[in-house]
Amino acid sequence: MKEYLNTGSKDTRSGFGEALNELGKQNPNVVALCADLIGSLKMEAFVKNFPDRFFQVGIAEANMMGIAAGLTIGGKIPFTGTFANFSTGRVYDQIRQSIAYSNKNVKICASHAGITLGEDGATHQMLEDIGLMKMLPNITVVNTCDFNQTKAATIAISKHQGPVYLRFGRPKVPNFTSADQSFIIGQAVMLNEGHDVSVFATGHLVWNALEAAKILEEQGISVEVINIHTIKPLDRLSILQSVKKTGCVVSAEEHMRNGGLGDSIAQLLAIEMPTPMEMVAVDDHFGESGKPEELMKKFHLEPDDIVNAVKKVISRRK
Amino acid sequence: MLSIPELQKISSQVRRDVIRMIHAVASGHPGASLGCADFFTVLYFDIMKPDPSHFSVDGIGEDLFFLSNGHLSACWYSVMAHYGYFDTKELGTFRKLGSRLQGHPATEERLPGIRVASGSLGQGLSVAIGAALAKRLNKDDHLVYCLTGDGELEEGQNWEALMFAAARKVDNIIAVVDYNGQQIDGPVDKVLPLGNLRAKMEAFDWQVFEMDGNDIHEIVKIMSSAKAATRKEKPVMILMKTHMGAGVDFMLDKHEWHGSPPNDEQAKLALAQLEETSGDF
Repeated sequence: MKEYLNTGSKDTRSGFGEALNELGKQNPNVVALCADLIGSLKMEAFVKNFPDRFFQVGIAEANMMGIAAGLTIGGKIPFTGTFANFSTGRVYDQIRQSIAYSNKNVKICASHAGITLGEDGATHQMLEDIGLMKMLPNITVVNTCDFNQTKAATIAISKHQGPVYLRFGRPKVPNFTSADQSFIIGQAVMLNEGHDVSVFATGHLVWNALEAAKILEEQGISVEVINIHTIKPLDRLSILQSVKKTGCVVSAEEHMRNGGLGDSIAQLLAIEMPTPMEMVAVDDHFGESGKPEELMKKFHLEPDDIVNAVKKVISRRK
Repeated sequence: MLSIPELQKISSQVRRDVIRMIHAVASGHPGASLGCADFFTVLYFDIMKPDPSHFSVDGIGEDLFFLSNGHLSACWYSVMAHYGYFDTKELGTFRKLGSRLQGHPATEERLPGIRVASGSLGQGLSVAIGAALAKRLNKDDHLVYCLTGDGELEEGQNWEALMFAAARKVDNIIAVVDYNGQQIDGPVDKVLPLGNLRAKMEAFDWQVFEMDGNDIHEIVKIMSSAKAATRKEKPVMILMKTHMGAGVDFMLDKHEWHGSPPNDEQAKLALAQLEETSGDF
């Protein structure tokens, strides 16, 4: 199996912050807005270096989304920064009407997604955001797996015309993708070729999928691991090609099962290529306070959970 | 520059269009469209005067208008058509399948003149402020106008926007409130009283003007004063008193006409009160 090296754990949000600052230098039309979470979103460098292009809106996310939509009228490329909860659920109608339906070039950048923000508990642990965003026409939905990929994705979405939801997180996680990767929206990344099962993972669960693949390889099971960083538009071709070869599927994500990556893949397969599938995701349950690693264990999002799902789905394959 | 009687003729035709558009599909919101016909007419023909032949969403180098209370679509479409953004014949497609004239304004169908969708209330002022900030960044010295309803001010996002604009000294915007005192469930004073709106706006550090939105002479005058008050480090607000249903006696000041279409007999009665000045579409 292909080896992936953790070059030093970092938080994905810092990848966003670094890239935003670079964008500030590269593109004078890039502007940023924040709702009282500059430090949490790692936006300090942009704020310091480009004060005229930064808008602190205070704790007023609805207004932030509207102002961002308005800033596009005149050619600006606004990046909004707040937690995933306040980037989606709190402002759903603002995004729906002023950004998605109006097809505005706003980049909604959301940190602290999923349960790994930890001790703050379920009020802040957003597990429905991918579902909320992917249901809206016109919006591209991206969920990155590590620091380097978040940085590359932030740069890439600035060049994409149209609204984007970029999802990342709080904790330090293994940084294993290439620093000079080319990030192509909508193009899945093959991490390990295998022939017994396809594991499609997104966000923090990509590393766990690689860990699971290592364990399974030692047991003689060959796992294809594909990073689906773009949930919408879904890379249908890569998914179908892999599933055609392996004949069974596991999806893995730090998100609610309803509305997540898994159900996008299930929908595709049900229509195009009915295939046994297991989903590693949070099953219709709010999160709770705890350390991120405790929560990952409790909500069955660890490498061992992916291993178990793989074994189960292989046993279901005819 | 158009004379007051010329502006009055346009607004009379706009009111006829509103009645005919809404009657044709038995759906729409006549009340505030009639109430704001004079304001829209003056805004386009006398104040903003954008170039309708070269519409771009970015609108660099011209004044911009945002309609937050999107249910006034019939009035806005009519004024834009008469102003030259599209043929008045297209008004006959209002709210019909495949039309660019959606029930509430939208950009999806690419009707020239519209820059953002509206209808779900409370969002337009934030968008207008964003556009005003973009103008500032672009060193574009044109203004941004926004119309909201008074009942619409019950939406909390407005107050976020009001606070922000004053704090950030967004002084290239003129926000107009259609202060007709009516909303779907009844008079605003009964549904949820706004209290002393002028005092509230002043407390939010906006410069506040008041005008009679059904007196074209006054609209021209106060809008000019409001324009002169921009770029003084404070956003500008006009509380525009209008009469819901203005121009049609049986609709006047009646909240029941917020979103009810006239039937055949009512449409006939209404049109008899509104002079056809430039030909019905």
